[in-house]
Amino acid sequence: MNRSTWLRWGLSFATILASALLPAAQPKEKAVILATTTSTQDSGLLDELIPLFEQQTGYVVKTIAVGSGQALAMGKRGEADVLLVHSPDAEEALVADGAGTNRRLIMHNDFVLVGPPQDPAGIARHSARESLQRIAAAKALFLSRGDNSGTHAQELKLWKAAAIAPEGQPWYQQTGLGMGQTLTIAAEKKAYTLSDRGTYLALRKKLGLVILHEGDPSLRNIYHVIELTPARFPKVNTAGGRAFADFLVSKAVQTRIKEFGIAIYGSPLFFPDADAPEPDAGRR
Amino acid sequence: MDLIWEGLRKALELLLTLDPEVLRITLLSLKVSGIATLLSVVLGLGLAVSVALNDFPGKRLVIALLNTGMGLPPVVVGLFVTVLLWRNGPLGFLGILYTPLAIILAQAVIATPIIAGLGLAALQHLPPGLRLQILTLGATRPQMVWLLLKEARLPLLAAVMAGFGGVISEVGASIMVGGNLKGSTRVLTTATVMETSRGNFEVAFALSFILLVLAFSVNALLTHLQQRSRPR
Repeated sequence: MNRSTWLRWGLSFATILASALLPAAQPKEKAVILATTTSTQDSGLLDELIPLFEQQTGYVVKTIAVGSGQALAMGKRGEADVLLVHSPDAEEALVADGAGTNRRLIMHNDFVLVGPPQDPAGIARHSARESLQRIAAAKALFLSRGDNSGTHAQELKLWKAAAIAPEGQPWYQQTGLGMGQTLTIAAEKKAYTLSDRGTYLALRKKLGLVILHEGDPSLRNIYHVIELTPARFPKVNTAGGRAFADFLVSKAVQTRIKEFGIAIYGSPLFFPDADAPEPDAGRR
Repeated sequence: MDLIWEGLRKALELLLTLDPEVLRITLLSLKVSGIATLLSVVLGLGLAVSVALNDFPGKRLVIALLNTGMGLPPVVVGLFVTVLLWRNGPLGFLGILYTPLAIILAQAVIATPIIAGLGLAALQHLPPGLRLQILTLGATRPQMVWLLLKEARLPLLAAVMAGFGGVISEVGASIMVGGNLKGSTRVLTTATVMETSRGNFEVAFALSFILLVLAFSVNALLTHLQQRSRPR
């Protein structure tokens, strides 16, 4: 290779670099960083709602789909503009801390206890509390998300209610992964696990796991939108975050949430709640 | 096993129908990892040359550090780069987190030590007298460096391929600093992770096959360059 070849390479390199830089130079205040849970993205709900929001408002949404724990941690540091999460206790802590504000109810679905159809611990037709106690007594394998997600927080709460400390037990394993991957592993290992209904329904055909317990009031999975406090975080796009939160509670979007998933799964994945009373008040 | 065939079929279908989303993801992967590799070639070879041609105290320590850097876990790089680029972080004013540029930056951090480490080994493997010989023939220093690089081009191109292979296949850093944003920072590896967690295994397999074909094509091209200019 001679010198002019290298020169040509250099020039084309500079051109490519310039073309990569250009799209990054969008106006910053137009971007809204939404920190949310994997379930809202993996179910496909956000793919339906976000283009609508971008079209209506001109904002560009950057969806960072992580566990609720990480999403709330990003909010606490002002590294997101708006949060859509499902970990009520941690959410209340964020608002009490002053970082989050204007926490509003968006929707709910529910958690289900799933496991192999053989049901080795015999948990079918028992309450959530008895189910977990039976799993522990039978030392049947239970997979925990173990990732500080909303589902993980809910699961820990259920163990606490059942007065069992599963941590460190050989039959209790933590995946540290998302819901979809955890369900896949549970199917392979014929283990029990706690899942949100949406992700389970989306994966059901490929899993061979069945719902063994559902419908218990303690298995409600509640999603809130939280804005960030402008005074605390001058760099946060509070106007964009507010616009997205308002969008989620709007009538039209609530209807979209209600209808989402019916065509594919035969039943809705989420139930809109913007007009419902705050359920946490009654629970404590 | 069925899934793999189904994935292969799906990959062909997505490629033949020129699915716009898949095309965009594939081109972005190529662009991002290509630019990151080119950046790393400039930085890595610069490092390799300056370490190979100079004697200084602590040289062995620097070489050991470079060699350690070749095994830098992408997820560690992703974490560091994310924290640096956070809007409240030291480089937050750039506003490039969750853009393709952030992925390029993180991937360059991953590939630079690979190319520097392997490049350094290549240069140090040249006969020690060669440098003096070139200089006594009246070459200037830049000419001497150029001749040395040319002499070592075989292992140097192998170093470039290792660097490219390292970044086109990594997912940990891309997903953290890019955020897997549809239409903006979604690359083949992050899309594969997402489709897997969505349970769309055949799409995930299809994306994997496209990734393998892409990696093969780029490496075939580099191998062609390498073998064409092979010293006779």
